[in-house]
Amino acid sequence: MKSLPPRADQLGMIRCHICDLVFQPAEEPGKAVRCPRCAAAVHRRLPNSIVRTWAFLIAGVILYIPANILPVMYTSFFGNGIESTITDGVVSFWNSGSYGIALVIFIASIAVPCAKFLILATLLITARKRSRWARLERARLYRMIEHIGYWSMLDVLVVAVVVALVKFRELATIEPRVGILFFGAVVILTMLSAMSFDPRLIWDDEE
Amino acid sequence: MNDGPNLASEPHELRITPRRSRPSLIWLVPATAVLIGLAMLMHTWLSEGPRIAITFQTAEGLTAGKTAVKYKDVTIGTVSSIDLSSDGTHVVVHVSLVKSAYSLTHEGTRFWVVRPRIGMHGVSGIDTLLSGAYIAVDSAKSGKMTTSFVGLEDPPAVITGMPGRSFLLHTKDLGSLDIGSPVYYRRIQVGRISAYKLSDGGDGIDIRVFVDSPYENLVTTSSRFWQASGVDLSVNAEGFRLKTQSLDTILAGGITFDSPKHDRGTPAPEQAEFVLAKDQETAFAPPEGPPSYIQLKFDQSLPGLSVGAPVQFSGMDFGRVVSLDLDYDPDSERFPTIVNIAVYPQRLGRVLRKLPDAGDIQGQSAAPHSQFLGSLVERGLRAQVRPGNLLTGQRYIALDFIPDAPKVAFDAEAMPLTLPTIPSSYDQIGDRVASILDKIDKMPLESMGKRLDASLLNLETTLRQINGQVLPEASKTLKQTRDTLRGMEYWLSEDSPTQQSLGETLLEVQRTSRSLRTLTDMLGRNPEALLRGLP
Ligand SMILES: [Zn+2]
Repeated sequence: MKSLPPRADQLGMIRCHICDLVFQPAEEPGKAVRCPRCAAAVHRRLPNSIVRTWAFLIAGVILYIPANILPVMYTSFFGNGIESTITDGVVSFWNSGSYGIALVIFIASIAVPCAKFLILATLLITARKRSRWARLERARLYRMIEHIGYWSMLDVLVVAVVVALVKFRELATIEPRVGILFFGAVVILTMLSAMSFDPRLIWDDEE
Repeated sequence: MNDGPNLASEPHELRITPRRSRPSLIWLVPATAVLIGLAMLMHTWLSEGPRIAITFQTAEGLTAGKTAVKYKDVTIGTVSSIDLSSDGTHVVVHVSLVKSAYSLTHEGTRFWVVRPRIGMHGVSGIDTLLSGAYIAVDSAKSGKMTTSFVGLEDPPAVITGMPGRSFLLHTKDLGSLDIGSPVYYRRIQVGRISAYKLSDGGDGIDIRVFVDSPYENLVTTSSRFWQASGVDLSVNAEGFRLKTQSLDTILAGGITFDSPKHDRGTPAPEQAEFVLAKDQETAFAPPEGPPSYIQLKFDQSLPGLSVGAPVQFSGMDFGRVVSLDLDYDPDSERFPTIVNIAVYPQRLGRVLRKLPDAGDIQGQSAAPHSQFLGSLVERGLRAQVRPGNLLTGQRYIALDFIPDAPKVAFDAEAMPLTLPTIPSSYDQIGDRVASILDKIDKMPLESMGKRLDASLLNLETTLRQINGQVLPEASKTLKQTRDTLRGMEYWLSEDSPTQQSLGETLLEVQRTSRSLRTLTDMLGRNPEALLRGLP
């Protein structure tokens, strides 16, 4: 660890977020640092990163509960209408032998969101402690969840597409239900949460 | 960084601006999430309705989680689970109702399963062929609240709140009537039988009929009800007589009512009671009054005379045979037949008032009544068994004055009164045969047969149409549905163009969100840009 090259911070340098100019900020306490070239407000680290990430994460976890309890879809074939939650969908696809689809839905709507919650929480706690533990792996995890982001929207898209496709008046209809709204909100909140996390915090040493 | 050592050496001079302890606005996001969650919870909790249990004989067509409970065709609940009762004799259907259905859980609310039913009175519940069975509700207006009900096995004939009026009919024999059997007025159906039960004591049946609005006022205080049960082929002393109602009643029976022309009466009140006669003639016959019982003793065997055979007085229906018994006379060593008859003196109508001692006859005072009968016997009143109908061998009992009958003693004190008899005579046979044959000839048997044939032909054509056109159409529709679903499957399969363009769309979304991130980054750093724009 000792052999790490110095960081911009240690050199008293700061990078403009907008125009990428690297400069040495003039110390003016109580006043936001501004880029000498494009006059954008510049920060060493994203302000309030940890608090904001926590807030989005907690909101996501809270909405994840109704997203799973409430039905996401209403299917009606020959007058037999039934509302199904995400878990119902996984179970019914699995029971009908469509293991592939069941697995995809499970990963997209249950495994990935849960993994995101856990990873973000871990990143937040370790970043707060300025822990040196497994920095490289944590950085990779962060890039991974940032990358997964919108792919969890798969469910929402599937429902949207199926609803648009299946309309046979009395015989068969599929309609979205309020649960899918919550699910979409969860995905957006986890994305916002990942975005508000400043990955540079991983590398900040306790000083 | 040259200030650093100075600050370090003089820590007391370090001006620490206290951080504002105001919590960041960002916490509004999870707070909103909590509020939404709580609102959902409250909504679910508040919209939770009553849970009830209904017992049925069978759970045929019912599915837990699917079968709906409908009131006035509005879904008010769903079957949540179906259990077998602990003793295994019936099923218990648990239903969770919506909150607004609390008013339907009065004791006496009726539940029944609506399935497609094909009965004598038509086909019902066709819509359930596609949608599956559902549980229908008829609410009781008041009563204790309860959570367990006994479901009806058959749909009730009358729904609470249906406009109309119900009446009670008393009868000896239910015949082919059943719940739901139609009630006609001039061959138009105006109501139906809603219930029947054995009367207290078991010597009759109480039938409850419901007459729909606006026909309920046709039932008046002087209305007569009679069974309109199909083909009324009566073989009596007059020969054959054939009467038919509509085809429906021929198959299933029904009830008809009408008022006498001269006495329309006033509309009968709810629950008014009537007597159900066995046919129109009986219904409009003058009231019988109480019967008098008379015993007859014939020295001959009486084949063709049966219980219920008519007793005629001067050619008029006067009573009927009540019982037939054999007797043994040790003096002559013969077996005479004892015939007990019931006669209805009031059937004589206006004649009765002209007779002497009429008041006593009506008043059922035994002694003057029998004295009057004694004087009639003295003038030649005799009972005789006569052939009524040659073809069927039916006989009836005639009470007539025989001018030169041998004198007999009459015991006015005997109980029951015994009327002297004379042996049968078989004259006038030819006339009767001729008249009977004439009547048969007049029966439109041929055209009846033709019409029946035509009706059956129609029915056959209809069935052929259903088989040949409707069913293939239906299966074609099903096939098309399957094809469409298969098309959808293709659309959703992994290597379909949709999926590929979906991937591209997602990439696009990814790009968009990356720029969104830059935007939020920027906005996070200087939110004032929202108002003022970029500096
Ligand atoms: Zn700049």
